[in-house]
Amino acid sequence: MSTKLRILVPVKRVIDASLKPRINKAQTGVETKGVKFSINPFDDIAVEEAAKIKAAHKGAVEKLHAVSIGGTKAQDVLRIALAKGFDTSTLVDVGEQDVEPLQVSKILQKVVEKDNFNLVILGKQAIDDDSNQTGQMLAGLLNWPQATNASEVVIEGDSVTVTKEIDGGAETVKAKLPLIITTDLRLNEPKFVTLPKMMKAKKKPIETLKPEDLGVSVEQRLKVLKLEEPPVRKAGIKVKDVDELVAKIKELI
Amino acid sequence: MMINPTSRAVFGLRVNLSRCLKSIPRLPSRSYSQKVVPLTKETYPSTVRNQAFASLSSDDIGEFKKILSDKNVLTDASDLEFFNEDWMRKYRGESKCVLKPQTTEQVSQILKYCNEKQIAVVPQGGNTGLVGGSVPVFDEVILSLANMNKIRSFDNVSGIFKLDAGVILEIADQYLAEQGYIFPLDLGAKGSCHVGGNVACNAGGLRLLRYGSLHGSVLGLEVVLADGTIVDSMHSLRKDNTGYDTKQLFIGSEGTLGVITGVSILCPARPKFTNIAFLGLESYEAVQHCFTQAKNELGEILSAFEFMDEDSQDLARKFIKQTHPLEESYPFYVLIETSGSNKEHDDAKLETFLESSMENGIVCDGTVAQDEAQLKTLWYWREGVSEASTIGGGVYKYDVSIPLKDLYSLVEAARERLEEANLIGETDDFPVLRVIGYGHIGDGNLHLNVAVRRYTKEVEKCLEPFVYEWISEHHGSISAEHGLGFQKKNYIGYTKTENEIKVIKQLKNLYDPNGILNPYKYV
Repeated sequence: MSTKLRILVPVKRVIDASLKPRINKAQTGVETKGVKFSINPFDDIAVEEAAKIKAAHKGAVEKLHAVSIGGTKAQDVLRIALAKGFDTSTLVDVGEQDVEPLQVSKILQKVVEKDNFNLVILGKQAIDDDSNQTGQMLAGLLNWPQATNASEVVIEGDSVTVTKEIDGGAETVKAKLPLIITTDLRLNEPKFVTLPKMMKAKKKPIETLKPEDLGVSVEQRLKVLKLEEPPVRKAGIKVKDVDELVAKIKELI
Repeated sequence: MMINPTSRAVFGLRVNLSRCLKSIPRLPSRSYSQKVVPLTKETYPSTVRNQAFASLSSDDIGEFKKILSDKNVLTDASDLEFFNEDWMRKYRGESKCVLKPQTTEQVSQILKYCNEKQIAVVPQGGNTGLVGGSVPVFDEVILSLANMNKIRSFDNVSGIFKLDAGVILEIADQYLAEQGYIFPLDLGAKGSCHVGGNVACNAGGLRLLRYGSLHGSVLGLEVVLADGTIVDSMHSLRKDNTGYDTKQLFIGSEGTLGVITGVSILCPARPKFTNIAFLGLESYEAVQHCFTQAKNELGEILSAFEFMDEDSQDLARKFIKQTHPLEESYPFYVLIETSGSNKEHDDAKLETFLESSMENGIVCDGTVAQDEAQLKTLWYWREGVSEASTIGGGVYKYDVSIPLKDLYSLVEAARERLEEANLIGETDDFPVLRVIGYGHIGDGNLHLNVAVRRYTKEVEKCLEPFVYEWISEHHGSISAEHGLGFQKKNYIGYTKTENEIKVIKQLKNLYDPNGILNPYKYV
């Protein structure tokens, strides 16, 4: 392989995917107090994939780096990446502020440029806001090719073949590095992190930066006016027999 | 922030895999072996039908149909199959009639009638019992509580929860979860078992370590006696010292003294944050050290401490068909659950505990759940063992209490004995597939399971009374939480003294003089 791989994986700390989110009293967002947070599952898949690439291409991978944009607690999700074999990590500390996809992309652009990464693997979307924009906008800002919704990634030298999930089937694309890949569910099954690795990860470095250090300001450009639950579905009715069912259907037609 | 329900739902397809696995109902698990379950009376010819009991006539069915609506009196052979057979596929009765009352009054009328006519009755909840206690032995009428499934009331200040006996445990717990409370009992069969059945069998389960036994948490019961009398203590408060605590008689009576129709139980606040560590250990000694250390260092947040041996995880691998959480195999596994109200505090404690137990060599390897999905998956590797034990076609289950230091020796002794008798092996020639041990170390409770390809007399003779004698010698109890039912009724003497048994028999004669309630079982 001619170019050494320098892989960046952005990870986000989100409300646990198995929990049912509740709207806060002010109806401006989702209730976060007393709620369990975990790594965004699509990002977990991205982390797993990067670790798999490192294991499969020993010597060809120069560096695995994880970055998270969030408050200090986002360190938890960086530790997972470090425990899964990442070398280094960066926390871009924005406090409790929400950061919109465009700003996220701009921050990531600077991180990529600062450290010369040539492959970015990231979740296709975060399950809290479901924007599904960051990977695509990052590709635009960097002017790199992008392979979204990946379900299989094969690396051979400088070229990467990605199978993408599309409606009703799969699409295979091929591109040369540098490249952006966004992950879909079927790409891999993240493994459990073992305790010895978790303990080792505690000793690995987490660099902390402010967005200003990267020359990006994170002002909010969108305003959430109101968040509402979807209307509750009306209860169905029971019919006594087939005849009544047929009669009801006729009424509706 | 916007929530897009669709993508979350799509995502759930994968994340909730473990949940899907967990909710595999009992019924399909019966179908992986097509063998017909032999009738209990054929397997155990020494048990004979008590001829004092009347055989069911069409007049009786007619009477039942006066008490209940027609659809709640099942007499069709195909409808009866599910109720006649236990989920382990070990026992099968030949009841001709299932009654599904909806009110306590109906239960009372049914029992009054049956008592007068001397018709034997077997009360049945979710039919998830493990000792053949909830299925008929001969032609007893099955009284299913499944239609008594309403939540009566919940006081969200005191935590006192009142409900019908036929409410499914998981549904009761989900209802409480919405109110910020938790049902003080949790067990593998929660998706099918009834709270009434849980109380009747004094089920212990996974969280006894934290919330104690039902003898402490049940505040009151509504019970129908054999003659139809309704004894209602549902009004009871937490403290009530006005004489004998009669409800205690029915907790663990296995349907032989009365039929529980309502339960009032004290529920604690639901812990906000739960975490799970799944560990691999080298020896049973290490498991004990790990338990001592967990009690010392995790203290008030420790909510479960479960152990499993290598063979039990081996069967679970075959059953669950997913990658095991730990890459390598270990002789023993431990699952530790912490529950608390402050995540940072709980995590820090768990982390310190795990680090020190790894450093001092008690624990070889392990993992901690990183999210809710992993948490459920890890639990499933413990809870799934019970179902995995039936993978070969059947299982002999022994649920016993033994002083901790000797707990695992019973598994080794049983394994050795079956090996000597040449009954255990990898091929179909051997009836026994595996001897596995797992359970609630925190409560000194071992589940010894002998997974078999078929039920045979040789295996049974090899195990019984050997297992009971062994337990008696080591000062244990032959039934820690499953009850005696049909399987262990002859062995009560290994744990209870003569005078204790005498008192039990006196009580039985007093409250059920005709012996119509769940005959051939318990005593």
